[in-house]
Amino acid sequence: MTDERRIRVVVAKPGLDGHDRGAKVVARALRDAGMEVIYTGLHQTPEQIIRTAIQEDADAVGLSVLSGAHLGLFRRVVEGLAAEGAGDVVVFGGGIVPPEDVEALVSMGVGAVFTPGAATGEIVDWVRRHCGPGAR
Amino acid sequence: MTPPGEGPDWLFELARSGAHRPLARLVSLVEDGGPAARRVAELVAAALAERAPAPAAPAGAAPAPASPAGASPAASAAAASPAPESAQAPEDRPAAEQGAHVIGLTGPPGAGKSTATAALVAAYREAGQRVAVVAVDPSSPYSGGALLGDRIRMQRHALDDSVFIRSLSSRGHLGGLSSAVPGVVALLGACGFDVILVETVGVGQAEVEVAGQADTVAVLVAPGFGDSVQLAKAGILEVADIVVVTKADTDGALALRDELRRGFELGELTGGAPPPPVLLVAAARHEGVTELLAELHAHLERSLRSGELLRRRRAAAASRIEAICRDLLAARRDAVAGRPVVEVLAAQVLAGELDAYAAAEAVLAG
Repeated sequence: MTDERRIRVVVAKPGLDGHDRGAKVVARALRDAGMEVIYTGLHQTPEQIIRTAIQEDADAVGLSVLSGAHLGLFRRVVEGLAAEGAGDVVVFGGGIVPPEDVEALVSMGVGAVFTPGAATGEIVDWVRRHCGPGAR
Repeated sequence: MTPPGEGPDWLFELARSGAHRPLARLVSLVEDGGPAARRVAELVAAALAERAPAPAAPAGAAPAPASPAGASPAASAAAASPAPESAQAPEDRPAAEQGAHVIGLTGPPGAGKSTATAALVAAYREAGQRVAVVAVDPSSPYSGGALLGDRIRMQRHALDDSVFIRSLSSRGHLGGLSSAVPGVVALLGACGFDVILVETVGVGQAEVEVAGQADTVAVLVAPGFGDSVQLAKAGILEVADIVVVTKADTDGALALRDELRRGFELGELTGGAPPPPVLLVAAARHEGVTELLAELHAHLERSLRSGELLRRRRAAAASRIEAICRDLLAARRDAVAGRPVVEVLAAQVLAGELDAYAAAEAVLAG
């Protein structure tokens, strides 16, 4: 048994698009950085993702959306977590998100949005900074 | 890290009322070890004592809800000692009053453990049971991180308030489980789940730790993993109470089942123990799941009557105590490593004033 708490991250694919390469790459990068990554698989509803984050006691939820439905899906996850008393769970995401939408996502409470070209190291650092010791 | 208002006591109270978030937090506390894990163990023990219809229990103790009228009452003669033994004669109580049925599911990677687990969750829910799943996946030997993917097959149960699913990393522990599993299972039992499904990491030939933690062990094998000699080797089949041939809708499943049955009949797979049932299950199509459920229940009933259930649970408790002893001793050792006290003892050993064993005992004695 370790006395150190590991960062736990739920990586999820909400909605209908079936492109999970990005989500899997990020999941592996977080794993290789020593985190415990719970991968939900494809086609998750926001409600399933929220329940998963709660049952897994996740520090963060990473959402990958390539369908263009990011505004609605991210909002439902952020608001749903808050409604369940889990507003302290950090939400970040990535996918095909136009720059003007990134601002909208951040203003609704999404911590960070990583678009194509983002380095996995950048994502790892961000999660560490926002979920590491003392952040929660 | 934990705000003062969110201590284990408060979380435990909420978790026992069915709330998932406090329960999830408690699981993390158990996993992370330390003083909070110990407090959780105390709370779980207190809840267990309260539930057991011990004659010595105060009159105000809550009786087990909805216990059938005929269930041999607390008149179990109170074997003199007021200690845990007073809650004795548990084998006189029906299976439904034995606390959660802890079922271990094990087998090689890709055998279909998660899919079968999801199908069992559905079947137990149909039977009106509250179900918890503890799914263990391996941690990386390099980074210590883990990719926990067992939930993928279980997400259709994510919205069911009577189902709690938790993924655990093995955190470097060998044997097929994580060292936190016994504590987590005890916690879930205290929170009123009727069934606890423990899914191991994908195991090879010798990771049989789940057999020491479960009331009933199902070993899952899929067609295509090797010939009968592979199956006849010592290892996981020996711990099976039930053998499940998964992917029953694929080629070779029937032949594998027959081969297993023959092997068991010859005694070559169990070393002479009574052969376990061998079932065909196509979990993705929900075929054979009802039969598996019936066998799991039949095993619980049998082992309750034979005293095997009590024997196993005592052995599980004993192994948990031993594991905690090892942790405490390791912590004690780590606490003194390199300290002046060890230097002094080392000098004494070198001078022949003390032998190394006596020095080690002196360290452990504090």
